[in-house]
Amino acid sequence: MRPPSPSIPEKEFIQISLQQSLRIDGRQMLEQREPSITFGPELGWVECGLGKTKVIAQIEAKIVKPTPERPYEGIITIHSELSPMASTEYDTGRPTEEEVTITRMLDKVIRRSDTIDKESLCILAKRRVWHLRLTLHFLSDDGNMLDCGCLAGIIALKHFRRPEVEVIGDDVTIHPPTERAPVPLAMHHTPLCLTFAFFPPSPTSDTTSALVLLDPSYLEQRLSTGLMSVALNAQRELCVVHKLGGVPMEIGEVMGVLDIAVKRAKELNRLVEDKLEEDWNTRKRIVEVR
Amino acid sequence: MNILPGEQVNAQHSKLKLGPGLLQISVGNASESAPQPIIATRAGTLKHSSNRSKWWIESNSRRYVPAAQEAVVGIVLQRLGEGYRVDIGTAHSASLDSLAFEGATKRNKPNLKAFPLLSFPACVGSLVYARVSLAHKDMEPELECFDAQTRKAEQFGELKGGFLVRCSLQMCRNLLDPKYFLLPLLGVKFPLEAAVGVNGRVWINAKEPKQIIAMARCIEAADPDGGGQDEIATKKLLDTLDV
Repeated sequence: MRPPSPSIPEKEFIQISLQQSLRIDGRQMLEQREPSITFGPELGWVECGLGKTKVIAQIEAKIVKPTPERPYEGIITIHSELSPMASTEYDTGRPTEEEVTITRMLDKVIRRSDTIDKESLCILAKRRVWHLRLTLHFLSDDGNMLDCGCLAGIIALKHFRRPEVEVIGDDVTIHPPTERAPVPLAMHHTPLCLTFAFFPPSPTSDTTSALVLLDPSYLEQRLSTGLMSVALNAQRELCVVHKLGGVPMEIGEVMGVLDIAVKRAKELNRLVEDKLEEDWNTRKRIVEVR
Repeated sequence: MNILPGEQVNAQHSKLKLGPGLLQISVGNASESAPQPIIATRAGTLKHSSNRSKWWIESNSRRYVPAAQEAVVGIVLQRLGEGYRVDIGTAHSASLDSLAFEGATKRNKPNLKAFPLLSFPACVGSLVYARVSLAHKDMEPELECFDAQTRKAEQFGELKGGFLVRCSLQMCRNLLDPKYFLLPLLGVKFPLEAAVGVNGRVWINAKEPKQIIAMARCIEAADPDGGGQDEIATKKLLDTLDV
């Protein structure tokens, strides 16, 4: 079923209130919803939430034969599917436009930006490599599932630890976590995705540049005249800039958006690191005693 | 008393009326001494009226299942020849007949173009406050915009301006309760309008956008499925909002 578009009063009210820099959930225009991060009992299981948007990310690792084209590299696959669980709008079967966008962005942000050192996933060249499978479950949709999904995926990768493997000659020994402490994945950087929504400026103001807001809610996302997703890491390295149609923007506006993203990415990165450390401190004892 | 789907309910009255969540099933021949059993179809708290004639199950959910005589807020999806297709948050959209308005009869059929007369929208995306007139499990729900007895509009009709808040069904029922704290609490601060549908949608209106936002946030905060805050915490939130 095609989702019913928001009603006229909703549309008008959102426009009027945004022109007065008021957002319906009381946020500032460039304020992100505070991410809630919960770790599961297993390593590599994380539930991430932005407001009411909720995503679970989970990592599984298994040993497979590498592809003949890349015999020295491990394999990473990302599985993300929007089920009707997220919202009544999503039906099983044909993927919606949003689902395709999310899947492709996740691929760009997590896989193609070289987040994971794939060569470190190689155990025995041409014969044994690690295959990481990242599964994302979208539990509920309150807008901006892309940022939430990316964040969940990245945190899960950072949280995950694979069993240690010992190679002697051609013999591969996998040490279970009870014998040797599992090792974290070798990661090059931590890309974070931030989505901006644009709204037309108020007709009475003399500026022509669009109203910019960070982390749109469901209604804002549906009613915006354009979305732009930026993926970058805390070291100011830009990975992806993604803008599918929508309102045209000038160079200055895009640069302004990027500056905001750089600032926010740093804060977000710190938050992620803190949360991971906090969680690791509760586990350390258990892992080392073993 | 908490109850689970499938459990039998011992409800007896000469004029028994079953509400949402209860179903009378047919097993063999009924008699005066052994009437057909009544079972629960959803989980929740079993409630009954003071004279034990009306029984229903109360539980919170987000998905609306239509029941006759309930007031709902809907979004017009489509205009059909004889009426409108309205989304009221149910599995199937409801239909609203063009004759189901105050002053409309078969002989005096309203000119569809002259709808301002009937204070009703002709465009897709409008909000409408209506009553469910037919809710049968095998048929699509039907709406009407007047009181069936008086044939007067009785506040039903198009909702212009304002904003639509979506909340849990329990929150809607709370808002309809005259003893519930939220609307009086907000009403002290500023004049407001609200149309509460029991389908998880509340239309709100006030003079200033920030007042509407304050209302929306307080409803969200007090929603048992959202913030779940009590009166004191909601009042504290409202005091920080500067309205």
